[in-house]
Order: sequence, then C-alpha cells, then structure tokens
Amino acid sequence: MSSDTETTAATATGGPATAGAAHTAYLLGLADDALIYSHRLSEWLTWAPMLEEDMAMANISLDLIGQARSIYTYVGSIDGTNRTEDDLAYWRDEREFRNVHLVEQRRGDFAQEMARMLWFAAYQKGLYAALSGSADAQLRAIAVKALKEVRYHYDHAAQWAVRLGDGTGESHDKMQAALTWVAPYVAELFSDDANSVAAADAGVGVLPSTLQAAAASAVADVLREATLEAPADSRWHARGGREGVHSEPMGYLLAEMQHLPRSHPGAAW
Amino acid sequence: MTEPTQPLFEVFVRAKRGLSHVHVGSVHAPDATMAVRNARDLYTRRQEGVSIWVVEASDITASSPDEKDSFFDPAGDKVYRHPTFYTVPEDVEYL
Repeated sequence: MSSDTETTAATATGGPATAGAAHTAYLLGLADDALIYSHRLSEWLTWAPMLEEDMAMANISLDLIGQARSIYTYVGSIDGTNRTEDDLAYWRDEREFRNVHLVEQRRGDFAQEMARMLWFAAYQKGLYAALSGSADAQLRAIAVKALKEVRYHYDHAAQWAVRLGDGTGESHDKMQAALTWVAPYVAELFSDDANSVAAADAGVGVLPSTLQAAAASAVADVLREATLEAPADSRWHARGGREGVHSEPMGYLLAEMQHLPRSHPGAAW
Repeated sequence: MTEPTQPLFEVFVRAKRGLSHVHVGSVHAPDATMAVRNARDLYTRRQEGVSIWVVEASDITASSPDEKDSFFDPAGDKVYRHPTFYTVPEDVEYL
C-alpha cells in the first residue's frame, strides 16, 4: 500500500501530492465514469418507453451518483486540495474530467442505452470485483458496496438485450444497430494508461486490460441468447478520455450539469 | 407513455422473514422475469422487502362483488365461530 501511504504523507505536509497523483487520477477516472453516465441516464426520466423503466433507469443513475460521491469525497480528502464532492463534480472543466468517451455520448434510442449499459456494467462488474481486493481500504469498501449495484445494472441491460434481440424483427434490428453504435467506444474501457498502470503496480487499482476477456465473454453470452451477432470490429476507436481529451457532447453535458452551481455558487435547498 | 402490449402483474412483497407476502400494487412488464425487476425498482426502493412474488393479473381468479351477499353475509350471524366463547386458562401463555 505504498502509494496510499505516500499520499497521506503528502497531504499531512501540505506539499504537492506527486506520489499520490497517479492514485488520485485513477480514482477520478472511476468516479467521472460513474458521474457522467449517471447524468446521461438521468436524462431518460420521463422519456423511457414505459413508467417502470423510468424508475429502473433513475435507480441505476442514483447508484452511479452514489459511487461517484463516495470516490470524490475520498479523493478530495487525500489529494491535498480539500475539495468537496461538489467542487470535483461542478468546478472542474472538460479537460480535467477523466471519464471514457462511452459514457459521455448523447442519449440515443432505448436499444442504444441498453447496449451501452451492458458493456459499461460488464466492465464495472469486473472492475469492482477486482477492487474488492484493493490495497486501498477505502476504495475496497466502496467497491464491495458498488459491486452489488452494478451486478443489477448488468442484469437489467442483459434482460433487455435478450428481449429486444429475440423479440420482434424491428426490435432485433434496433438492438443489432445499437451494438454497432457502441462498438467503437468499448476498447477504451479496457485500455491501460499511465495512471492505471501505477495504481495496479501499487496494488490499489486493476489494469483495465485484464478485465476485457471476462466482460467480452459475458456480453457474448448475452448476445447468443438474444440471437444477436457481435458487430465487426470498428476501424475507429474512441480514446483519450482518461487524459481529459473528450468528444463534442462532453462540453454540452457539462454546461447543463454545471450551470446551476456555477451561476449560483453555494446554492442549496 | 403507455405500452398496451405489456401485461399487468400483481406484486407481493415479504417485508421480513417470518411474515407473509402482502399485495403492494402492480406493474407492467413484458414477462414475469422483468416484472420482478420492475417490482424491485418500484416497491423495494426503501428496503421494504426481502422477497418478491409477481402473478400475472389475468391468472388471478377472484370472488365477484356480485357474490358478496352469498359469499360473506352468511358468516355474519355466527358469532360462535369467534374464539371469544372459550375461557382461556390463566397458565396458558401462548394462545
């Protein structure tokens, strides 16, 4: 647990938390994924195909907000800045967000959302299972709680993928098209970067690349049951999210998400 | 938005171990598996339950309001069916 110890030491002296920079950057990646996807899911409220699904997606969105809040609060307490969860969510700009491109893409149709959720939850399932053994005790506790949540998210997306894929001709076509839509954004979930390598070396994090096989296998099982085919590998892949390089929809998302607290700092109800 | 092709399911939730499942409401869902999930999201958001049953509403056979008189009124004057006519011995603790 060397990285964590160094971070604490840096915080105590008030100096730059260089030793913990990779550690906190890694944590921010996890939290930003959860926050940005929770925002996209919250956009479904009143737009889901039926009332029950409004509730389901709102529940999942709330789970993800909870994960983001826990990690933000933790990061703010160990990176030497004393930032609150709100500071991290609302007062960072686009280049400081470390989420993958998958979660920031605009809301598409319902099949697209289930395809995105299927992959994201498959990734998070492996992620939090691995982090349940993290050397970072706080992260370990967050992961144990989150794992139960994301298993349900995965189940929800899988149930719908099967029903749409093995449903009517039209639902099958839409679900198949949704898999093609999501395909270019999948690889980034499982790409290692300097921060995840450092976090994995310290025993704090897990290398995303080690999660790919299990997630792909789980998704393949769902597609088989859903009578869907894995889309051909796309020529273009999203990348750069972990370094703060985002796609066009991200700016619009942040403008909407951050507008209120920035216009009325300290607003509360 | 309504989805007319989705059947209605009645939802029963067991609040805790030892209690019976109690009817709490209904949900729409494409099938029973999804109905359990929808019920989980709608009726157990605040830790209301440890178990959920769903039954497709059309599978329930119910007594008819028209039969109310013949079904239930005849029990009205049979007060001797209530256990109030028995003298409970004092040393019987659980009855």
